[in-house]
Amino acid sequence: MTNSISLSRRGFLISSGAAGLTISFLAGCAGADDNTSAAADLPPNPEVNAWVHIGRDDVVTIRIARSEMGQGTLTGLAQLVAEELEADWDKVVTEYPTPGENLARDRVWRDFSTGGSQGIRSSHQYVREGAAAARIMMVQAAANEWGVPVGECSVSKGVITHGPSGNELTFGAVAEAASQLEAPSDITLKDPSTWTIIGQPVARLDTADKVTGAQQYGADILLDGMLLASIKAAPVRNATVASFDASAVEGMPGVVKVMQVGDNAVAVVADTWWRANKAVEALPIEWAGGDRFNSADFEAELDEGLTAEAAGIGNQGGDVDTAFANAAQIVEATYNLPFQSHAPMEPMNATALYTDESCEVWCPTQNGEAALAAASQASGLPIAQCEVYKQLLGGGFGRRGMSDYVTQAVLIAKEMPGTPIKLQWSREEDQRQGFYHPTTKARVRGALDDDGNLTGVNIRISGQSILAGIMPQAIVGGIDIATFQGLASPDNPRTADQSLKYTFPNFRVEHAMRNPPVRPGFWRGVNANQNAIYLECLMDELAVAAGRDPLEFRLAHLQDSPKSAAVLQAVADRSGWGSDDGKNRGLCAFYSFGSYTAACAEVTVDDNGQLKIDRIVAATDPGHAVNPQQIEAQVEGSFVYGLSAMLYGNVNFVDGEVQETNFDTYNVMRLSEMPEVETLVMPSGGFWGGVGEPTIAVAAPAVLNAIYAATGNRVRELPLNYRNLREA
Amino acid sequence: MARLHVNGQVVDVEFDDDTPLLWVLREQLGLTGSKYGCGVAACGACTVHIDGMAVRSCVYPASAVSEEEQITTIEGLSEDGSHPVQEAWKELDVPQCGYCQPGMIMAVAGMLNNNPEASDEDTDAEITNICRCGTFQRVRRGVQLAKTKM
Repeated sequence: MTNSISLSRRGFLISSGAAGLTISFLAGCAGADDNTSAAADLPPNPEVNAWVHIGRDDVVTIRIARSEMGQGTLTGLAQLVAEELEADWDKVVTEYPTPGENLARDRVWRDFSTGGSQGIRSSHQYVREGAAAARIMMVQAAANEWGVPVGECSVSKGVITHGPSGNELTFGAVAEAASQLEAPSDITLKDPSTWTIIGQPVARLDTADKVTGAQQYGADILLDGMLLASIKAAPVRNATVASFDASAVEGMPGVVKVMQVGDNAVAVVADTWWRANKAVEALPIEWAGGDRFNSADFEAELDEGLTAEAAGIGNQGGDVDTAFANAAQIVEATYNLPFQSHAPMEPMNATALYTDESCEVWCPTQNGEAALAAASQASGLPIAQCEVYKQLLGGGFGRRGMSDYVTQAVLIAKEMPGTPIKLQWSREEDQRQGFYHPTTKARVRGALDDDGNLTGVNIRISGQSILAGIMPQAIVGGIDIATFQGLASPDNPRTADQSLKYTFPNFRVEHAMRNPPVRPGFWRGVNANQNAIYLECLMDELAVAAGRDPLEFRLAHLQDSPKSAAVLQAVADRSGWGSDDGKNRGLCAFYSFGSYTAACAEVTVDDNGQLKIDRIVAATDPGHAVNPQQIEAQVEGSFVYGLSAMLYGNVNFVDGEVQETNFDTYNVMRLSEMPEVETLVMPSGGFWGGVGEPTIAVAAPAVLNAIYAATGNRVRELPLNYRNLREA
Repeated sequence: MARLHVNGQVVDVEFDDDTPLLWVLREQLGLTGSKYGCGVAACGACTVHIDGMAVRSCVYPASAVSEEEQITTIEGLSEDGSHPVQEAWKELDVPQCGYCQPGMIMAVAGMLNNNPEASDEDTDAEITNICRCGTFQRVRRGVQLAKTKM
């Protein structure tokens, strides 16, 4: 059952005047696949359990709690379920349970939040156990029907077979009886060596509609009687609406209502979005107060943080101060990275319908339950009277983990009870109202002895804490652990999946928190992106200073992480590292989000200092590779994201206002700049690492180190903006 | 009231003179396959064809389209998703989030209308659509695969 069918069903209910919520929505939804002639006179099957519904026509509907935003989690999670279910993959479809249903059923689907490359790695166990339970119940139901011991039955591709008699029953024929059975308590998951669906490069389940325009996104929602809204919130953080002149636009064509939204925004509701947006742009608004922040001026504060006495320590070992005091040679450099905007292709939007009894929201969100909470809070209705219908995301990258646009849509809808309101942000609004990837600087230092051995490493990060900005309760002892992604301690269970894999005799990683008045956010790859630049450009600088080969130099400190060494060696081997073919290569190895990654970049820099990225060989060891072709797609895409940031990504604030308000000024990488990416998927098994984010981190450092190989110049300030790389 | 030819059908539709074609298609004709991404012709998510030529409909006034011109949107590129570019896209699983892909497909189909032998270099030069998920590598391969299906 696709989500778009779910929507049309909701649309139907609304247009037929049905009031209130239909909590039994999922079970009701199961009907459409039961319309075969054989099953026509029977009621639809109930679900087998929360994870699986099987129609009388054997269509397997798998419930996916996490949000699909392009990363392929929908298909990957379905593979996990189908594997343990022993389903026929060709009969698998998916649907999203709603956040309201999750709450009503004691959070049977657990966490809906989709971020941190967690979709599969944090849910694989209970998702597979749910599927295995459904399979056990269906085999038991078949055995009961035949009156045979369950041990005489086998199951494959959705068919249960009784060995001695050769009798067969399909899942669809036993699903109803199975649903009546007790859930099994003793579940043994399949051994990975017997997997037939997990690990296969199966096609995505959601491609067909994406090539015909039939795929529905939040922006495409159409409900009966719906009106459209465009909004302008204060362009300066913490400013409020002082006044606005509604009369200036009320007479414009199609305008229905002009209203203040909260204390910091004004919206226009009209019969089309084009008209609503035109009116918003023409609307005179006076703002009051706000933080007139200038990012250029913030440099001084970041610089002060680089050497300030007080700093939180994220990870350390040995005696780094003595190492530097006794060093034969010290390498020191400062790297400087700017603010970034998520800029997903689909600007933020949400559609809300408010009545006195209910509040319903249709929206693309990475966090359905947070969106539900926002709907409840903004509507003032109890959470049980609210519901959220998740839509496929036109990109998320962390931005859609926030629910500010849901709150706005509900506040607007609340002013117009009974009328569905689709709030669509303009691109400019999307750029202005971001939760920005923070700016940081780092002073990176390494100590070498007379023989070119690395004796000490010190990385001082100065800059904004994401957690301090959006979840301050997660700051413990003044430390934001997310700041140290990829540099963190393996001994802390909260950071083990983001831990430093090099073994250094003496080292210290520090963070001087310097928080500007800018909303920070989790941005695809989060802090691993800049930390990989800090660490891996330092390692390159140290190797050169020590007169050692950058590959050998790195491997010499990966003795305790053979998986890291393996991916690094693999990209070096595949790319031709060390050959005398005249290519300019740069390396990077990094561990983040539970996966081991590495890249080797090849670049050319012409006589005018212009960069061309020719080729990148990338490797990832995510433990289990659920869908290798989708991992390749994520790796290729992650380089576009990481290299876009390296080449162009930069949000400047002047007097508090974002200067880059559309793609003409917030440029991103295009096809002509895309290097050939060769992806080595190297699953070593035994663990579950993330996929959507980890390889972003290795993109920029590998290219920056290759630029050094080509020019002898270090780029330490981003974005590159195609500056002349021949100029030191 | 203006008369437009959209996906082989004649439609009479009313709109303000400055309304971009994109919003007429999306909001008045219900053809939501063409996407709003930027509104300034920078990203190409809104790409449609006018007489087979790719145009960015977010800045193209609907009033500038004549009665004689044929507008084709992603919904009308083929009846059943069987255009060579669509077939290639499915075969290679090109889309990720997919939001930019109707525009990407229309841009590629427009390029191949003019240049059925488009090389990788041609593709790089002509396809300037933005994809934030980063499908470019498969787009490039998709163009070459689509050529074999034309």
